[in-house]
Amino acid sequence: MTDARWSGSAPVRRWSWTDPALRSAVIQITLAIALIWMAWSFFANAQENLARQGIASGFGFMENSAGFGITQTLIPYSESMSYGRVFLVGLLNTLLVAFLGIILATIIGFLMGVARLSNNVVIRALASAYVEVTRNLPPLFQILFWYLAVLSTMPNPRQSWAFGIKPFLDSLASGASAIGLTPLGAWLKGMADAAAAPGVFVSNRGLVVPRPIFEPDANIIFGILVASVIVAFFVARWARKRREATGQQFPTFWAGLAIIVLPALAAGLVLGAPVTIENPELRGFNFVGGIRVIPEFVSLLVALSIYTAGFIAEIVRAGILAVSKGQTEAAHSLGLRSGPTLRLIIIPQAMRVIVPPLTSQYLNLTKNSTLGVAVGYPDLVAVFAGTTLNQTGQAIEIIALTMAVYLTISIVTSTLMGWYNKRVALVER
Amino acid sequence: MSLDTVAYVAPVDLRPQEPAPVSTRGAYGWARAHLFGSIGQVLLTLFGIWVIYVVVPPLLKFFIFDAVWTGTGRDACLPETVGRPVGACWPFIAAKWNQIIYGFYPEAERWRVNTVYFFGAALLLPLMFPKVPYKRLNALAFFGIYPVAAFVLLTGGDLDLRNFVLGWFGLDLGLASAGGLRVGFWLQFLIVTGIAVGIGMLVCPFFGGERRSVAKTILKTFAVIGVVLLVVDIDLGLVPVETRQWGGLLVTLVIAVTGITVSLPFGILLALGRRSELPLVKYASIIFIEFWRGVPLITVLFFATYMLPLFLPGRFTIDGLLRALVGVALFASAYMAEVVRAGLQAIPKGQYEGAMALGLRSGLMMRLVVLPQALKLVIPGIVNNFIGLFKDTTLVLIVSIFDLLGILRAAFTDPSWATPTTLFTGFGFAGIVYFVFCYGMSRYSMALERRLDRNRRH
Repeated sequence: MTDARWSGSAPVRRWSWTDPALRSAVIQITLAIALIWMAWSFFANAQENLARQGIASGFGFMENSAGFGITQTLIPYSESMSYGRVFLVGLLNTLLVAFLGIILATIIGFLMGVARLSNNVVIRALASAYVEVTRNLPPLFQILFWYLAVLSTMPNPRQSWAFGIKPFLDSLASGASAIGLTPLGAWLKGMADAAAAPGVFVSNRGLVVPRPIFEPDANIIFGILVASVIVAFFVARWARKRREATGQQFPTFWAGLAIIVLPALAAGLVLGAPVTIENPELRGFNFVGGIRVIPEFVSLLVALSIYTAGFIAEIVRAGILAVSKGQTEAAHSLGLRSGPTLRLIIIPQAMRVIVPPLTSQYLNLTKNSTLGVAVGYPDLVAVFAGTTLNQTGQAIEIIALTMAVYLTISIVTSTLMGWYNKRVALVER
Repeated sequence: MSLDTVAYVAPVDLRPQEPAPVSTRGAYGWARAHLFGSIGQVLLTLFGIWVIYVVVPPLLKFFIFDAVWTGTGRDACLPETVGRPVGACWPFIAAKWNQIIYGFYPEAERWRVNTVYFFGAALLLPLMFPKVPYKRLNALAFFGIYPVAAFVLLTGGDLDLRNFVLGWFGLDLGLASAGGLRVGFWLQFLIVTGIAVGIGMLVCPFFGGERRSVAKTILKTFAVIGVVLLVVDIDLGLVPVETRQWGGLLVTLVIAVTGITVSLPFGILLALGRRSELPLVKYASIIFIEFWRGVPLITVLFFATYMLPLFLPGRFTIDGLLRALVGVALFASAYMAEVVRAGLQAIPKGQYEGAMALGLRSGLMMRLVVLPQALKLVIPGIVNNFIGLFKDTTLVLIVSIFDLLGILRAAFTDPSWATPTTLFTGFGFAGIVYFVFCYGMSRYSMALERRLDRNRRH
């Protein structure tokens, strides 16, 4: 005879909210139904609304002729080209301002970040003021400020500010003469007169810079450059392997520089300098020659770099502070000088802390480049989600495509970031 | 064997005595260490002083010493009429003051904006200082009651609601209205409440719930919804003010505060969803969060302005400001979710285990144990989020909503104030406003962080 408690059939399974399997099923099914219902109603509404407005959906419009001009194009473009071409032009403009902005912001940001840790109180205070002011003013405010208040109030091209060796020497000469060093002033003046005409002009029409003109032979130099970069890469790898195996040092940086620069320089001399510089010249009321950089681009680039640099400065500061002082002391006690200590001990460890937030700042800069639409910089949002959308009314396709571009950039960057993080992560032992 | 044959022992007298080290104390020592210790230091100091000399005096001169303080038109700020170089033209700001604060809000109704400003400050200030008591009540007032009251005051309320839920299924009772309330709408509301209670009582036995308490909860929820609807629906005799007439600081603050109040609950839900063990919930949350975080706010605003109306039934017409608010809320929720998630991750596992050991269900565990600690941890992060949102509100000027910056930008084109310094005055003023708000909040957030740090160390 067995105990009734043990022999009975399994208890009837009651439906209970505390049953995790049931609960998860109910929640997920409800969510799925809600999502599907939402997607379906969006779809149905969109179809109904589009039909009422007489808009054909689909990407067919991308092949239609655009019919509007764009003030800055990196690839050949004319009004008769298609909206697809407009998309490409806008995308390239976005990438251009983001790329240059990232470089500038990194340089300014690292300088300011190091300056905030300087022993010198004046420099430290200035860097802190820079960081606080730039981070606490909205980026759009800064863009409009540079565009409306700075660049628009610049003199016209005839009185534009010229930058170059000649005006620099000129101002040095007049400065020297003013403080009584007349012979030096006269000598500098002579040098200035001999120097080439100024190449960079700033006026209310934007920036004008010299244009390099490549002759066919220049391709040979490019080829040599690419080849020497590859060689330098392999030399660096060999040097690192040897160092790890034997401990012998190799001047990788200088050797690499020599490998990259010297062959190209030699080839240039042999081929008779196939690159000439075309200086802009003032003719009548505007400039002829050179590359004209539109003021919208200048203001956007300057504002974005300055704004993002404030954040980068804080990241750099935090990164350097995150490396404990014991690391410096240990390096010194091993006999390393302060240069190698910084290069070999502090920076590699600081980079581990700096790089992840740095990339997210790069992403922010890229996303903030869309603010150029406020001053009329022809980026992707301005020419595609702006003008093209107004002309065609294809809201869904255009905005989805624009968002997809930025999403792709974000996802690619964060994937790379994840890969990097895994590579530099501390190996716990 | 003499001492000097031992190579490794230095003969004592070989080294001359070194002079005493330069003092590192006192004013001189400090200046040496921080200003002119070496030639490089001296150059850096000189460079810094030069930068200060180039930047600060001209700014002071422009904004204070050369500024024009009184006047009624552009003539007051023209160098020709004043007879000296002219700096900032402050009368321009004074003349545009009302626009900057209220936008184009009708003059007779501005007391409503003032009331909203006043209660906003009166409720927010005590919330900001940890020592002031009644935090729960205060938070409820600020996040729960204040938005509804502000909405009614600013728009005038009297929404004239027509259908509640049943309308979606094609039922339209129509009927008469009295005092801004439609009988049909409230009948529908009562019917829906009844249906909801009925369903709840029918279903709850399957989930082990108690009929009475379920019915009570549902009734309570509907009571809250009903009160809110009643307040926004009833005709209080306020003149309706369209959002097109709003502008300036009002719009800036409305967007920022709405963004943060809406994003807080949604952000918490999304963060919990992202950490959920249910795959569908988890991935839906991840996709939502990463999508909105991956695109720029402008495209979100474009989405809300041009695309969203297409997705809604044709009879809905959404107000321009509301569209922007929807966009900002979606965007801010995604960012808030990540802030909250950081807080959730910072809670040690022992807290979860302790709560489970006490027998708390997962909902109660989150509500009573984890979230209170996590949210307290991320208050600085929330404030930082708010700073970002505050700066981002400027973007609405691109979809033609006139916030603070938009109003100033419009004011620049006013020919009756066209002077050479108007632009700089306007930018200077807007810059000061944004800086004061953002810098103040960032200081506040840092102070909070220090306080939290101190508390955690005990």
